[in-house]
Amino acid sequence: MYTTGVTSPQGVWWKPAHKSEKIWFTISFIWCLILFAMMPFWHFKGGQNPSGIRAKVNPADYQARVTQFIQDYRVGTENGIPVVAPPAGSDVYLLGQMWAWTPILQLEEGAEYTLHLSSIDLNHGFNLYPFNVNFQVVPGYDYGLRVTPTEAGDYRIVCNEFCGVGHHLMVGKVIVTESTDASGGDR
Amino acid sequence: MNTHGADAPARGPFRTCPTTGLQVHNDADNLIKANAVAATVALLVGGLTAILVLLTRWQAVHLLDAEMFYRVLTIHGMNMLIFFILFFEMAVLYFASAVILNSRVAAPKVGWGAFGLMVLGTLMVEWTMFTGRADVLFTSYVPLRAHPLFYLGVILFAVGALTVVSIFFATLVVAKRERTYTGSVPLVTFGAITAAIIAVITLVHGAAIYIPTFFWSLGMMNVDPQVYRLVWWGLGHSSQQINVAAMVSIWYLLGALTVGAVVVSEKVSRTAFVLYVGFISMASAHHLLVDPGFGSAWKVVNTSYFMYMAVLASMLHGFTVPAGVELGMRLRGFTQGIFGWLRRAPWGDPGFSSLWLSVVIFGFVGGITGVTFGTEQINIIAHNTLRIPGHFHATVVSGTAMAFMGITYYVIPLIFRKKVAFYGMARWQPYVFSIGMLIFSMCMTFAGSFGIPRRHWDITFAGAPFDVPYSPAVNLVMGVMAIGGLLAAVGGGMYILITVWSVFFGKPLGAEASKAALEGSVPPGVYNRPFLQIPADDTEVKEHGWMGMMPGTMILVIVFLVAFIVYYFANWKLLSFVWKVG
Repeated sequence: MYTTGVTSPQGVWWKPAHKSEKIWFTISFIWCLILFAMMPFWHFKGGQNPSGIRAKVNPADYQARVTQFIQDYRVGTENGIPVVAPPAGSDVYLLGQMWAWTPILQLEEGAEYTLHLSSIDLNHGFNLYPFNVNFQVVPGYDYGLRVTPTEAGDYRIVCNEFCGVGHHLMVGKVIVTESTDASGGDR
Repeated sequence: MNTHGADAPARGPFRTCPTTGLQVHNDADNLIKANAVAATVALLVGGLTAILVLLTRWQAVHLLDAEMFYRVLTIHGMNMLIFFILFFEMAVLYFASAVILNSRVAAPKVGWGAFGLMVLGTLMVEWTMFTGRADVLFTSYVPLRAHPLFYLGVILFAVGALTVVSIFFATLVVAKRERTYTGSVPLVTFGAITAAIIAVITLVHGAAIYIPTFFWSLGMMNVDPQVYRLVWWGLGHSSQQINVAAMVSIWYLLGALTVGAVVVSEKVSRTAFVLYVGFISMASAHHLLVDPGFGSAWKVVNTSYFMYMAVLASMLHGFTVPAGVELGMRLRGFTQGIFGWLRRAPWGDPGFSSLWLSVVIFGFVGGITGVTFGTEQINIIAHNTLRIPGHFHATVVSGTAMAFMGITYYVIPLIFRKKVAFYGMARWQPYVFSIGMLIFSMCMTFAGSFGIPRRHWDITFAGAPFDVPYSPAVNLVMGVMAIGGLLAAVGGGMYILITVWSVFFGKPLGAEASKAALEGSVPPGVYNRPFLQIPADDTEVKEHGWMGMMPGTMILVIVFLVAFIVYYFANWKLLSFVWKVG
C-alpha cells in the first residue's frame, strides 16, 4: 500500500529503496565527499586560504602596535591619514575603528606581507575593492594573513560589517606599486 | 488519518472536517488561528520595512537617512526571520501533531500562556526597535549595544517557543497513548518532529547567548565578541534549519493535498530528516569561515563534518519530493511520456504552484549558492557581500515563506473554514511573489560578486575619504534587483490581502464539501481530495530503464547537479584570480 505524507504507514516501513533513489543517493554522496575534499585540497594546492596567524590581543596593545608601525614606515599623508610603506616581507598592521581604516598601506606587487587586522571598538569587515576579498575584523583578536598583492594599482578597503551610523564612511586605501625587483613581479 | 473515514462521528470538543475526515480539536483550531494571525502581522511589518530597505538600497531612490535605514533593516530582519517564521512554525507544530494525528492538544492552557509570552516578547522587542533603542541589526553583534528589554524580549519569545515545542512532544505522547492513529506517525509529522528537535537545540543556543548578553547590557558581565558570534550563530543558523525541516515537511504535505503525491520510500525520506538533526545543527561555522577566532581544521570540519551529510539530506528530499509527485500522478493515470505528469499538473492550484516554485528556487538558487558560499575558501569572495542575502532570500523567502504561503491556501478552508477570498488572485499570487523574489535574489547575488557590501546604507560612499568606483553594471543590476523586490512585495501584499480578507470577512465554507459547492473559491485539492484516494499497490507504472518509475524527476535532478557543479567550480576559478592570501 502506498502512503502519502499525511498517511500513517502500517507495519514496517524500513523497506528497500527504489533503484533510482539508490542511484541518486550514490551520486549525491560522492558529490558531498568532493565538496569536502576540495577544502583540504585547496590548502595544499590553492593560493587563497583564510588560515592566517591568529591570536588574542588587547585592543589598547594593538593600537600601540599600529602607532609604532606608522612611526617606523611613514612616507606621507593623504586626506589626513598617514601613508605607510613597510618593507617587503614585513608585518603590516591595519586598524579598524569607527569609522576609518588606519593607515593607508603602500605595498609592492608580488611581495608577501603578513597583514594584521583588528579593531578597537566594534566588529568591522575587511573588503578589498575591486578584488572582493573579505575578512571579519573582531575586537580583541589579531588576524595575521600572509597576503601577496598580485597586481599593481589603487585599492580600497570597504567596511562591510555594520558598525553604526557612519558605517558607509569607513573606506580605506591600499596602494600597490610595481615591483622594483624584476623577478619578484614575475608570477 | 487512517482510523477515521469522512463520516466518522465527532467526539466531544472535536469537529469532523467535512473535507478530510480529520477530527480537529477546538484547541488546535484556535491555537493554529492565533499563531497564524500573529505570523501574518509580523509578515506585514516585515514586508513594509522590506520595501523601505529596498527603496534605500536602490541608489536612484535612496529613500531613508542612514540612521532610519539601519533601524528599519533591524525591524525587517527581526520580524521576518524571528517573529513571522516562528509564529508560523508554532502553528505548523500544532497542525502536525494534533490535526494530522486526530488528537487533542496536550495542555492547551499552557499553549495559550506560551502564545501570550511570545506576544509579550515580540512587543518588547518591537518597542525597543521602533523607538531607536536597538539599532543593532538582526545579529546584534556584541559590543553593539541595545536596550536590555531587546534581549529580554527575545528571551521571553524563545521561552514561549520552547514551551510550544514541549506541548508538541506531549501531544505526540497523548496521541500515541489514546490511540488516535495506528502504525507509525505520518511523514509530515515525522518531519515536524525533526524540526522540533532542531528547535530545542536552537533555542538552547539562544538562551546560552541572549541571557549573558542581557546581563552584559546591564553592565553586569563581559561577553567576548568572537564567542558571541560563535554561539549566536548556533541560534541564527540553526533556526534556519528549523525552517528547512518545517519547509520540507510542508512540501510533502502540499504534495499530498494537491495531487495525492505518494511517499516513494519512507526509509529514504525519514533517514534524510534524521540527517538534518545529526549534521545541520552546528552549521554556525558557515558564518565564521573568515573569522580570526578559529583555525582552518575547525572550519573545514565544522562546515562539513567531513561529508556534508546535511547537504546530502537536502539533495535526497530534492529528489523524493518531486518523485513523490511524479509517482503519485503516474499512479493516477498521468503516464504520458517523461514529463506528461508535469504538464498536466494543477498549475492553477496555488498550493501546487507554491510547492513547485519553492522546491525549484530553494534548490537551484538557495541551495547551490549556500553550499558554495559555505565552503571555507570560497567564503573569502562571498562573506558579508550582497551574495549572502542573495542566498538566504532564495532559501528562507522563495523556499520557506513560499511553502508557508502555499499551505495557507489550504489552511483557510480546512482550519478557518472559510472560502479563499479573491481566489482568482490567489491563483496568481505564488507566481508574482516567486518570480519577483527570484529576480531579486539573483540580482543580489550577482551584485555581491562585484563586492557590493550587504547591510550598507550608501554604496556611493558620500563623505568618505576615498571614492569606490563600482562598475556601472552594478547600478543596472541593483535597479533590476529593486524591480524584482517590488514585484515580490506586490506578491506579499496579495497574500496578506487574501488571507486577512478570507479570515475576517470571508464567506464561511458551509457543510458541503463537494466540487459543485466549492469550485472557484478554494484550491481544487480541497474538494478533489486526491490524498484520500491512494492507488493500490498493484497499479502498474512503467519502468524507464535505469531511470526507474520516476524518469522526469531523474532528469530534473541531473540538470540540478550539473548546475551545482558548474556554479561550484566557477567560484573556485573566481577565487583563484584574487590576491594570494593564507
